[in-house]
Amino acid sequence: MAAALIRLRALIALLVVFVFFAALAPHFLSVGSLLIMAKHIAIIAVLGIGMTYVVLTGGIDLSVGSIVGLAGMVAGSLILNGLTLTAFGLVIYPSVPLVVLIAVLLGGAIGLANGTLVTRFGVAPFIATLGMLYIARGAALLSSGGATFPNLVGNSELGNEGFPLLGAGHLLGIPTPVVIMTLLALVAAFVAARTPFGRYVYAVGGNARAALLSGVRVGRVKTIVYVISGMCAALVGVLVASDLVSAHPASGETFELSAIAAVVLGGASLAGGRGTIGGTIIGACVIGTLSDGMVMMGVSEFWQMVIKGTVIVAAVILDQLQGRLGGASDRG
Amino acid sequence: MPVVLQAAGVVKSYGVTRALRGVDFTVHGGAVNVLIGENGAGKSTLMRILAGVEQPDQGELRLDGAPISLRSVRDAARQGIGIVFQELNLCPNLSVVENIFLGRRVGNGFQIDRRTERDRAAEVLRRLKARIDLDTLVGDLRIGQQQIVEIARALVEDARILILDEPTSALSESEVATLFEILAELKRNGVGIVYISHRLEELMRIGDYITVMRDGAVVASIPVAGASIPWIVQHMLGEEGGLPSRASSEVPGAPVLEIEDVTVRRADGAALVEGVSLAARAGEIVAIYGLLGAGRTELLEYCCGARAGEGVVRLDGVRIDRLSIAERVERRLLLVPEDRQREGLFSNLPVGSNLSLSFLSRLAPRGFLSPREEGRAVDGMIRQLGIKAESGETPITALSGGNQQKVVIGRCLMRGPAAILLDDPSRGIDVGARAEVFEVMRALSANGIAIVFTTSDLLEALTIADRIVVMATGRVTADVAAAGADQTALIRAANGVPLGSERASQSATLGAC
Repeated sequence: MAAALIRLRALIALLVVFVFFAALAPHFLSVGSLLIMAKHIAIIAVLGIGMTYVVLTGGIDLSVGSIVGLAGMVAGSLILNGLTLTAFGLVIYPSVPLVVLIAVLLGGAIGLANGTLVTRFGVAPFIATLGMLYIARGAALLSSGGATFPNLVGNSELGNEGFPLLGAGHLLGIPTPVVIMTLLALVAAFVAARTPFGRYVYAVGGNARAALLSGVRVGRVKTIVYVISGMCAALVGVLVASDLVSAHPASGETFELSAIAAVVLGGASLAGGRGTIGGTIIGACVIGTLSDGMVMMGVSEFWQMVIKGTVIVAAVILDQLQGRLGGASDRG
Repeated sequence: MPVVLQAAGVVKSYGVTRALRGVDFTVHGGAVNVLIGENGAGKSTLMRILAGVEQPDQGELRLDGAPISLRSVRDAARQGIGIVFQELNLCPNLSVVENIFLGRRVGNGFQIDRRTERDRAAEVLRRLKARIDLDTLVGDLRIGQQQIVEIARALVEDARILILDEPTSALSESEVATLFEILAELKRNGVGIVYISHRLEELMRIGDYITVMRDGAVVASIPVAGASIPWIVQHMLGEEGGLPSRASSEVPGAPVLEIEDVTVRRADGAALVEGVSLAARAGEIVAIYGLLGAGRTELLEYCCGARAGEGVVRLDGVRIDRLSIAERVERRLLLVPEDRQREGLFSNLPVGSNLSLSFLSRLAPRGFLSPREEGRAVDGMIRQLGIKAESGETPITALSGGNQQKVVIGRCLMRGPAAILLDDPSRGIDVGARAEVFEVMRALSANGIAIVFTTSDLLEALTIADRIVVMATGRVTADVAAAGADQTALIRAANGVPLGSERASQSATLGAC
């Protein structure tokens, strides 16, 4: 009974937080604020999906917040200034899907660099991605000299209009980021539970040496999870820039902490090998609801930080309790 | 001999499982009190209670006749009861001295009295006749040396009762001899030693009293003088047990695994394996017999790609020594590593996923795993190997050591191997499970798989293998058919005297006359 309650802790926490704010925060249950909250949750959840894979292998990715900023800047720059091909003296303006693709590939490339540092050069994931946190943020600031790329609506003459639809648009009344998050979560959960790659991720996190001796290409698996995380982060960067119709180089700061919090709240072990995509989504819901609810209640920003921190630490304590009560191997 | 410690009517349950059902156990001072029984018989639980790790549900402990309660290991240590666990509890990142005094700092509470610590550590290591540098990091020591550090740790506190849980399972023969000398010395000083081991010959050699446990109860307890190996086995297993010897081998097939002139060096250039060549044919079981540090593990690791070195490895005639581990697994060469927990098992995955890991690419031809097909394959393997697990969903941690070993072997089997390398497959598993593991190895060889396994138990090598390759300090010192092999010569070979060299030197002397 106690063990079951702890296993469902994220869900229970979500319920408690939700009921609490529904009762106390004015307008919490209005459609408008729920939709905004859903978008915020989607942002954390998409980052969390990538982060879950990394954490499952026993790693961590601190660079995602900076990748959000850099990917947004790259997308903004492409919309606004296009791509200058100095060799031909040409400036081309890629269409919006191409802009998104370039930004996401850039995130993947940064993830590849993270993964290479970890697997080829043996740098601890914490350090490798901490370095990348600074590098990517620096690059984002350099891209505009610290300025914002404003008014990213595109130009029909250049064929690159429609960028704001990604973050601010709706599909059947549901905000696009929520739709994207849902699809991504379904694919990610399926990959984790039903493909050899997913199983390898759990195996590498559980015992990397045993995985290696069993014929798992451990280096490749580890590299791929950082690529996935980088691509998820870049996607978030595009969504945020699109939603705001502008790209700011400081965008995404401390997002990595929310993503890690969502993963941990969702029941993943930072030691690797344990955790689920479903858990992370619920964790993201808890973090998102908590943040927005407190804003709506008018809780001071300083107290918000204290409360969020307390919730995260409490979740980890519960995690330890679960370990002691003989937490079964949960996957999917 | 005086009775120093006594357990009377000790009962201990974990949930519904009754690990101990009213056990009486006596520790005589100045004697080696041997405790033996299959895994799951309750030996370890009893030891944990004697050492204060756990408290009994019922019954009591008496030290020198007075009832005591031990609240923790520290508490027990203060009362003179020390324990060395089978699984080493050392910090690899700390030095030998620091490990010996871990949790029991000498000093005034603020400052560590390093000089006293060093002196006492050096003193204890001298008593143990161990040439181990005090400042070496424990992680840089070999398992045998680490074990000695563990024993030193127990002794540094002047233990009157010393509990050793399978202390020789990782020691080389010379280290075992050293250990026995130490035990004799401790006996003379009146220390009561509780000694758990699966090695019967060893128990007969050093034991004074023997207690046999089965199913959580003591079934017999007598002076060793009145016991014999058949008597022990009979009481342990309840009925007749043991290993039937290998039927005369069939005609060997073509060579499957060929190793030529393999050399593996340590980072400092010292050779761990030097110029080793051997071959295993289809359906042949080859034992690599040697002491700890003979280079057996390093040789197997080189063969499967887990260790750098030089030399040719061929599988079915094709060179594979430049390939990655994964590529060698693809070509169906698999390793069952020595250290199950650290290199073999995924404690976060259930039995089924532990079994299927090397086989996933075949189970998912279109990229997706089918739970039904995977379940069928896993259930088949569980049945084939007689793994005691309810289903593939059973947590791997719920299995006994022997069954966990079968899971690691099963993972290799699912891949349909051409050759299997088993590094000390009987390490840390009980007699019954050992026989089962060997049965499995025989069944595999009957299917034409080439098997190479390492062992430091000569009888094991003689009963299981078709051919015995003896290694000593990195070199092959003998390579003979198991049938009719001269045991004494093999033991000498393991100690570095090449087979036949004796006769050669004799004839040389004769020639000179």
